Amino acid sequence: MASIDVTVIWACMIGFAVFAYVVMDGFDLGIGILFPGLKAGEERDQAMNSIAPVWDGNETWLVFGGGGLMAVFPLAYAIILPATYPLIIAMLLGLVFRGVAFEFRWRDPGHRKFWDIAFTLGSVIAALSQGITLGALLQGIRVEDDAYAGGWLDWLSPFSLLTGVSVLLGYGLLGATWLIWKTEGTAQAHARRMAFRLGIATFAALAAVSLATPFLHIDYWRRWFELPQVLLTAQVPVLTVICAGIFFQSLAKGHERMPFLMALILFLLGFVGLGISMFPYAVPQAVTIWDAAAPRASQIFLLAGAVVIVPMILAYTGWAYRVFRGKAGIEGYH
Amino acid sequence: MLARIQFAFTVSFHFIFPAISIGLASFLAVLEGLWLKTGKGVYANLFRYWLKIFAVVFGMGVVSGVVLSYQFGTNWSEFSYRAGPIIGPLMGYEVMTAFFLEAGFLGVMLFGINKVGRRLHFFATCMVALGTLISATWILSVNSWMQTPAGYAINDAGQFVPAGSWWPIVFNPSFPYRLVHTVLAAFLTTAFIVGAVGAWHLLKDRTNPGARKMFSMAMWMAALVTPLQIVAGDQHGLNTLEHQPVKVLAMEGDYQPSPEGAPLILFGFPDSEEARVRYEVAIPKLGSLILKHDFDAPLPGLIDFPRDQWPPVPIVFWSFRIMVGLGFAMLAIGLWSLVTRWRGTLYDSRWMHRAAVVMGPSGLVAVIAGWVTTEVGRQPFTVYGLMRTAESHSPLAAPAVAASLIAFVVVYFFVFGAGIYYLLRLMSKPPQRGEALLANQPHRAAGITPASGVDAASSKGG
Ligand code: HDD
Ligand code: HEM
Ligand code: HEM
Repeated sequence: MASIDVTVIWACMIGFAVFAYVVMDGFDLGIGILFPGLKAGEERDQAMNSIAPVWDGNETWLVFGGGGLMAVFPLAYAIILPATYPLIIAMLLGLVFRGVAFEFRWRDPGHRKFWDIAFTLGSVIAALSQGITLGALLQGIRVEDDAYAGGWLDWLSPFSLLTGVSVLLGYGLLGATWLIWKTEGTAQAHARRMAFRLGIATFAALAAVSLATPFLHIDYWRRWFELPQVLLTAQVPVLTVICAGIFFQSLAKGHERMPFLMALILFLLGFVGLGISMFPYAVPQAVTIWDAAAPRASQIFLLAGAVVIVPMILAYTGWAYRVFRGKAGIEGYH
Repeated sequence: MLARIQFAFTVSFHFIFPAISIGLASFLAVLEGLWLKTGKGVYANLFRYWLKIFAVVFGMGVVSGVVLSYQFGTNWSEFSYRAGPIIGPLMGYEVMTAFFLEAGFLGVMLFGINKVGRRLHFFATCMVALGTLISATWILSVNSWMQTPAGYAINDAGQFVPAGSWWPIVFNPSFPYRLVHTVLAAFLTTAFIVGAVGAWHLLKDRTNPGARKMFSMAMWMAALVTPLQIVAGDQHGLNTLEHQPVKVLAMEGDYQPSPEGAPLILFGFPDSEEARVRYEVAIPKLGSLILKHDFDAPLPGLIDFPRDQWPPVPIVFWSFRIMVGLGFAMLAIGLWSLVTRWRGTLYDSRWMHRAAVVMGPSGLVAVIAGWVTTEVGRQPFTVYGLMRTAESHSPLAAPAVAASLIAFVVVYFFVFGAGIYYLLRLMSKPPQRGEALLANQPHRAAGITPASGVDAASSKGG
């Protein structure tokens, strides 16, 4: 046990939780984002039905990521959250609207329009604030004496806005490709068209963020472009281009699952890219994961449980997805 | 201070929903179990009736809970940094063992009845109920640790760290009492809500089988659990006296020490400036009987402790009285129901039904009052005796916090106000024979079965 660095394992675990959150809630939020584009009635109902049974589980990964961060990297938690305070609050409020809309829109047909708008706004705000938070993190946070030392609007910059929009587009893409898989008829055709446009936009945004990041800090530059790492890091953009090729081809050929799969891989690649930029910092350029780490005893205590429980979680979550496999339909799940 | 108000506001709002979902989840599991066992339609109908309500409550519980889990970082970053190594892993376990369990099986519970067999569906319901109980266990362990810290050491950075074993941390001195008291509180809250809904429909139609069944079940709960809760509360108080004497003295309003037995103050206005209770109405020596189980046992007074360790006495004093008063009112309802049941007039006694309707929200009020007692009574500390609230908060600009507080207040009142309105509307519909599985699905409401057609029609008028 001693030879394995628990802190690194935890960094990977938190990374995994965040990734799981991003792709899973990503497609839920994406559907919220695309909602105004769908026709009221059948199209929207199918879209809702396709996520209603799973959204709560998806959102739980967010709680796990946050809770895990507090447990094993309390210093990072205590710096990042105050630094991005308005964003976090906006995200939470967005998620409140998004979450209640699931139930309320069925309960109150008279105000369904209103709750549909709330659903969209909540999703858009949550996605944007998550993206901007990412940008704020990458561009660096002012830290003095182990505490956040900036003002309450430091996070705002062209770069963070760019990441915000990119995440918004990316979630939209996930949502659209999910709909291709889970719906049929006009909803599916509609989703296909949206996926095409969002695909182009997302790839453009990804390229823009990738190009901008190395200019933020000389350290990022070194990681990406110096020999010998460049031999490894160069694989990421290469794979991304291949992924894009398969994506558009499968879309054109009318495949149902492949586009979603490719969107997932695209997110995975983006995530690996982020990992390359950030490691081993928990708060980029200020606090490494070892500085931020909780005492070993805390990390091991939680890890011992996680090793057993997380696979179980994955198993029954998988089972729940299986129960609701197939097209969502307009009849709902009865 | 603003950060505190914000936290107190969001946490109080949050707890309203878990208090119902913990009880309701177990109630639903019982209903479905009875249905599987007896095959009686009335249980299936009740299950469906309350499932719709549960779905709304649970959704609101989840979103308000997600807010809380991030507020530790946004509002209490210093606290999170210092106490994170202890409470973080416990909350991590809560997420892993409880939240995922609830969320994973919730979809199947709400939408899956025709996708999986009945037994598997029952299993999913049980898992959701179990998840809510596990969640309560962990979060109360966290909260209890903050009340009665144990098993910790303090490292060079000033962080609380585990001192070896996790057992004393998880099973800290006040945890078992708090767990029992809070879970019973959740059951009672649900029982009184179910009872009130049943009574309401009985007042309109005494023969409705669903209403009769739910009223009867709720009254059994009230009659059986309330005495347990009072005993649990008493034991909880004794434990608190041992670990947080200042809090108990504030609850009792005992400013002056009472060497030969403390009175029980029933009523009065505590005044911390003058260190006395104005207009006090008290029964001599009863206080010592309750707290020490001995008439003549001496008790200290608040003035024996440094003033900067006093909580805001009037709040604690009054919130405690509200809780205990409601506890005895619940007991009265429980006993009354036993009497009417014995006489065979449980479904006919209109005054009984009216009283039950009035007592519907009593559990919620008692629960909030109880938490206010606990949390305000702990002031001025966040980690009792070790870390002051004033040292816990984040380095944030006041305008940011003020703006977000206003945003929370507006959004919460609006969103949860709407939610509560929908809940009341669902509850105001009488339970019917052919409850739709979940009116969640639009095409069922407009569907083929006449019952669900009625359902949709009455929801317009409701
Ligand atoms: C005694 C019970 C209890 C108490 C004191 C609290 N909660 Fe809670 N919480 C629950 C009992 C519960 C629950 C019954 O498990 C909920 C209610 C509805 C639900 O979905 O689960 C829940 C939901 C819930 C969720 C959403 C879970 C999900 O995604 O499924 C979060 C993140 C929290 N809570 C966090 C908190 C925090 C940070 C608290 C303290 C400050 C807190 N809760 C107090
Ligand atoms: C769910 C029911 C709960 C209610 C109704 C409740 C109520 C309150 C109230 C009213 C305050 C404000 C006290 C004041 O400002 O004087 C407070 C503060 C606080 N509570 Fe709770 N609480 C609950 C549960 C919890 C739990 C489960 C935890 C911990 C896991 C917790 C942690 C805190 C913290 C950290 C503070 C801020 C520091 C402080 O003011 O003491 N609370 N709570
Ligand atoms: C009449 C009898 C009751 C007594 C003697 C009693 C006693 C107590 C005491 C002493 C505390 C504070 C413990 C502490 O902070 O250390 C407390 C807290 C609390 N009470 Fe009660 N209680 C009674 C009835 C009720 C009822 C009927 C409910 C709700 C239905 C309730 C719900 C709560 C809750 C939620 C808390 C806060 C959590 C906790 O600390 O356990 N109580 N009670």
